[in-house]
Amino acid sequence: MQYNRLALYGLLGIAALMVLSPVFIMVSTSLKSMDEIRNGSIFTLPADPGFAAWGKAWFGDCAKTLGDKCGGLSSSFLTSVKIVIPALALSVGLGAITGYALAVWKMKGANLMFAALLVGMFIPPQVTLYPLIIMIRELGIFGSIGGLILVHVIWGIAFTTMMFRNFFKTVPQDLLKAARIDGAGFWRLFWHVMLPLSLPILGVAMILQFTYIWNDFLLGLTFGGRSGQPMTVALNNLVGSQFGEKEYNVDMAATMLTALPTLAVYLLSGRLFVRGIAAGAVKG
Amino acid sequence: MNGVELCNVTKAYAGLTVMENINLEIADGDFLVLLGPSGCGKSTLLNMIAGLEPATGGAIHINGRDVTDLEPDERDIAMVFQSYALYPTMSVRKNIGFGLKMRGMPKDEIEQKVAEVGDLLQIGPLLDRKPSQLSGGQQQRVAIGRALVREPSVFLFDEPLSNLDAKLRADMRIELKRLHERLGRTIVYVTHDQIEAMTLATRVVVLDRGAVQQADTPENVYRRPANRFVASFVGAPTMNFIDGKLMQSGDDIVFDSGAGALPLVDVPVGARDLIGRSLTLGARPEHLLFDPAGIASRVLLAEPTGPDQYVRLAVAGSELTARIGPEQPFKSGTDARILIDGARMSLFEPQNGQAITLG
Repeated sequence: MQYNRLALYGLLGIAALMVLSPVFIMVSTSLKSMDEIRNGSIFTLPADPGFAAWGKAWFGDCAKTLGDKCGGLSSSFLTSVKIVIPALALSVGLGAITGYALAVWKMKGANLMFAALLVGMFIPPQVTLYPLIIMIRELGIFGSIGGLILVHVIWGIAFTTMMFRNFFKTVPQDLLKAARIDGAGFWRLFWHVMLPLSLPILGVAMILQFTYIWNDFLLGLTFGGRSGQPMTVALNNLVGSQFGEKEYNVDMAATMLTALPTLAVYLLSGRLFVRGIAAGAVKG
Repeated sequence: MNGVELCNVTKAYAGLTVMENINLEIADGDFLVLLGPSGCGKSTLLNMIAGLEPATGGAIHINGRDVTDLEPDERDIAMVFQSYALYPTMSVRKNIGFGLKMRGMPKDEIEQKVAEVGDLLQIGPLLDRKPSQLSGGQQQRVAIGRALVREPSVFLFDEPLSNLDAKLRADMRIELKRLHERLGRTIVYVTHDQIEAMTLATRVVVLDRGAVQQADTPENVYRRPANRFVASFVGAPTMNFIDGKLMQSGDDIVFDSGAGALPLVDVPVGARDLIGRSLTLGARPEHLLFDPAGIASRVLLAEPTGPDQYVRLAVAGSELTARIGPEQPFKSGTDARILIDGARMSLFEPQNGQAITLG
């Protein structure tokens, strides 16, 4: 019993170390000066920690870039926010409604529709990239934030629909009958009864969708154009296109900044997330 | 006509007819119980009255209005479910008021009606709780309140007491009966529990395999069952059935099972016409009488229940159950003499199980 315990905690410790060591290296490097990075090991703690690199990553370094932009991440952060908020609201909101319709209202072809959605979920985005580009171009919104949002909604809706549909399928029939007798139709049943019931799932769907959209690189790069570059794309540009010496501390700080919103969402909503998954959200 | 009327109601699923030509008239103020085993169609029938399931054919009238094609909320009905079906995210107050809110009733009026119903059902102190904070009995009270507040002309109950424990069920039964006597509204009540049917109903409709077997007062369903199914479904312990013939034996009439002659007392005059015909005799356990003039039988088992004892007997080639008071305990393996109360026996056609009415 004792040894089992020891082995268990040992393994867990090793796993934690493996996951956390890159994070440690990133944080510690971002707090170092370039001199220290050049002369020391990546595992040593910063001798004189400072946030200069973080500032540089956020605001940019105007001495180094050409033109009027300084190359910081602050402007693309705003772009990411502008993309995430509508894309999140639309993909989760529409997914809740379609999932509800598929689960509760008996329509002809509902199962076929659901099967098609599932297939849609399992197709890799790369496959549909080119047809999507053509579609978005035909709509005249290629290379804009609007176009990128639409693509995110298209991609997210299959997943959110499945989540909500599977949850709403577990709602007892008697409850739906009671609501019908009380006179609640399609929208009022959804708004007053089903949506309040689905709060845990709503939370999970929002967290997952937020993570997907915020972390997306491919779609942002393809559809965003110049005006709609999300933070991930800007990070790539920052890390890949500097002149002269590679500023590891700035790169690390920029990466941390880009990852921070998702991290914050997970930390703040961790409990809700686990509860939602336990409620049977991601089964099926 | 006021009340509920079903005319030739038919239900089919994907071409398979499960109920055919159901005709029922439920008078205004009746407490009608739909009684039957699982799968007999009683809940389907109730759902069709509610409008939750469409009828495949026929017409349904409520208070003289054809509601066959109306939505549930347009039918002037309210329903109480076995699982209570309270909205989990709403407080008791909101649960009860939800139907009124959907109808667009002003807030203060809803508040007042909810308070009235809360007083009537003594759930006033619970109004601000969530359903998950209530016991099963309290939840069912709230569900009844949700139906009452709408003041519908017909209440529909779908096995409302089945999820409660025995004591609570008995209490709620009494309350439901009081409520019906007080409000005088029409109630259609589905159950598989014959005690509920007998105690609550003004009229019982026994269903089996999608067809009405008998629709009558509880007394008549018990005393004069229309066929063998009703006779065996209603009553516990179940009715004894013996195949054989009525025979003349001196001045008396006996029932000859082929393995022995069971003496009958107080046989109705009309039974003489049936002498010699093949019949099935039905006798309830309380209509087997222990009497020195009876036929010899052997006690197989005695089950004391408290107020009664059920005595299992081997007699004339059959095993019968008799019911008698607990004063004189019976022992397995002893002998006893029984005869059958001919005035209260039932006779059935052996082929189709239909009851034979004695003239």
